[in-house]
Amino acid sequence: MSLMSWGMYPKIKSSVFSYDNEKVLKQIIEEHDELIPYGNGRSYGDSALGANIVNVKPHDYFIDFNEKSGLLHVQAGVLLSEILESFVPRGWFLKVTPGTKFITVGGAIASDVHGKNHHVEGCFSECVKEFTIMTTDGEVVTCSKEAPPELFRATCGGMGLTGVILDAKIYLKKINSKYIDQTTIKTNNLKETFAAFEEYKALPYSVAWIDCLAKSDEIGKCLLMAGDFKDDGKLDYKKKGKLSIPFNFPSFALNNWSVRAFNWLYYGKVKERVSKQKVDIDTFFYPLDAIGHWNRIYGKNGFTQYQFILPKYASYQGLEEILKAISDSGKGSFLAVLKLYGKANENYLSFPIEGYSLALDFKIEKGLFELLDRLDEIVVQYKGRIYLTKDVRVSKETFEKGYPQIEIFRQYRKENKMDTKFQSLQSKRVGI
Amino acid sequence: MSYVLIIGAKSDIAKATAREYAKHGYDLYLAARNVSELEEFVNDITVRTQRTVKPVELDILNYESHQSFYDQLGEKPLGVISAIGYLGDQDKAQSDFSEAKLIMDSNYTGVVSLFNIIADDFEKRRSGFIVGISSVAGDRGRKSNYIYGSAKAALTAYLSGLRNRLYDSRVHVMTVKPGFVATKMTEGMELPKKLTAQPEEVAEDIYKAQQKNKNVLYTKWMWHWVMLIIKAIPEWKFKGISI
Repeated sequence: MSLMSWGMYPKIKSSVFSYDNEKVLKQIIEEHDELIPYGNGRSYGDSALGANIVNVKPHDYFIDFNEKSGLLHVQAGVLLSEILESFVPRGWFLKVTPGTKFITVGGAIASDVHGKNHHVEGCFSECVKEFTIMTTDGEVVTCSKEAPPELFRATCGGMGLTGVILDAKIYLKKINSKYIDQTTIKTNNLKETFAAFEEYKALPYSVAWIDCLAKSDEIGKCLLMAGDFKDDGKLDYKKKGKLSIPFNFPSFALNNWSVRAFNWLYYGKVKERVSKQKVDIDTFFYPLDAIGHWNRIYGKNGFTQYQFILPKYASYQGLEEILKAISDSGKGSFLAVLKLYGKANENYLSFPIEGYSLALDFKIEKGLFELLDRLDEIVVQYKGRIYLTKDVRVSKETFEKGYPQIEIFRQYRKENKMDTKFQSLQSKRVGI
Repeated sequence: MSYVLIIGAKSDIAKATAREYAKHGYDLYLAARNVSELEEFVNDITVRTQRTVKPVELDILNYESHQSFYDQLGEKPLGVISAIGYLGDQDKAQSDFSEAKLIMDSNYTGVVSLFNIIADDFEKRRSGFIVGISSVAGDRGRKSNYIYGSAKAALTAYLSGLRNRLYDSRVHVMTVKPGFVATKMTEGMELPKKLTAQPEEVAEDIYKAQQKNKNVLYTKWMWHWVMLIIKAIPEWKFKGISI
């Protein structure tokens, strides 16, 4: 079967394995090597692509919910969007959610995703009480932070390389509105942007959109959006109808000039330095989900997202250098998202560390990978790291330098015979 | 709110439809053979929606049991949706009549037996809706699946007649004609992506169309146009092509 991820690059042929029950899954695992679980195909690069795909998405049963503790038990193929549809009207929200709700719970654990509240709540694994996973020998293990801790640390952020997650118990958080009080702060340069992040740190949700084509003393100008849930009791959350991009745009549609025009309009529509809005959950957390197949605007060659993080002490200098390199290259990124993160957790490969992360979308075109290699050098120089969930091209050397616990992860996989059993194109490339 | 009865509840389309109706506040009777296999699914809907979901045993091929099946439902359903579909093996059905008969009985005879009983009740109380999932395969016979197609064609004609009969009693009958749907029934077939619906899309279409009292629903919508073209091909031409 022909498969791809959200970046539409690469497109590969894989064998897809489905299972009705644990017995069948055990047999698949026993009989095949180079397996990799595949959820909803929303990681950007090649982390869920490989020779043999295990199709987890059909396993989408809700199992139990505890109204008192907010503990929700679901199978790994359940989408975050399904959780929201059922539970926002009852006054519950995800403790941690990434910028799309169309990912599976299994995928959220495997990528140890994070969101606008990382500086307060940390990664997705923070809300995971426990999960069950079928590992190399077909054994089903119930795993929590406490026991066995190595499996938990290797699986959360482990990109599906420790086995197939079957189900998970996750804590939801109580809310009393589907609306968010949003404050938008307009800044003129990177210095102001950093100051704004610090100033609004007390608000649980924050993220900034950066104009990465800005030049010289305007480099780093942004719109910072920060907010928290309202308390008005309005919870009538419904699935919205959505627009959809019906076909791949021609690849020239997004170019330096169209991105420049977009940025100018987007930045220009905000007049005051500080303004307030009332927005709903979907607008605030999932703006891009409103447009189906938005990946098609990058054309049929696909796109990639380059996301890195730099330690806080080096963030200013590093970002300035990187933004300058991008601006000089003239390669527009439609979407450039900056965020201040909280402390790192103990998981071996979880992406977040305390510092600033920037995510940039680029369409795949000539000269792009050379630019990204150049950015890699700066990231490494400032002791930063690359996010595997978005990645499709980082080299083994660059990757290794960013993740000091990489050898523990490798060793753990080897000891438990996971290294040949579970592999993706990405794991082979970066040698994990 | 009242119950909707879903027949053939183990199919992927039925499951998606069940979730859709529960989401909109309906309680459910889920009818299927070996219904205990639906236990986890019943629990799934309950956790998702807090609706009441009751599994009920039903063998669509055991016609004698249909009256007692319907009688045992304490509170009679507001509407019924049949998602029974058995594609069968066309090649086998050509040479082995028992397979052909199984395809016809599952897709047509059994549904007629049960719908007759339900239609009488709805007609008497002058309310309710009946949704039958037929297929675009019933719009024109093709060599690859004409036994299945003929059974669905019969069902389509039956539903059309029933709609006509129940019009005065204000009971609405809707015929659903899905094109390709990504389900267990079509697993392994290479289906054209643009024309293939996910079960959830079909379920959403069914719910919306039923609420609007639509008569015939093609899903995805473009199948309406695809089938108009296929039906318009003259027979002398059609008999020579492979589609």
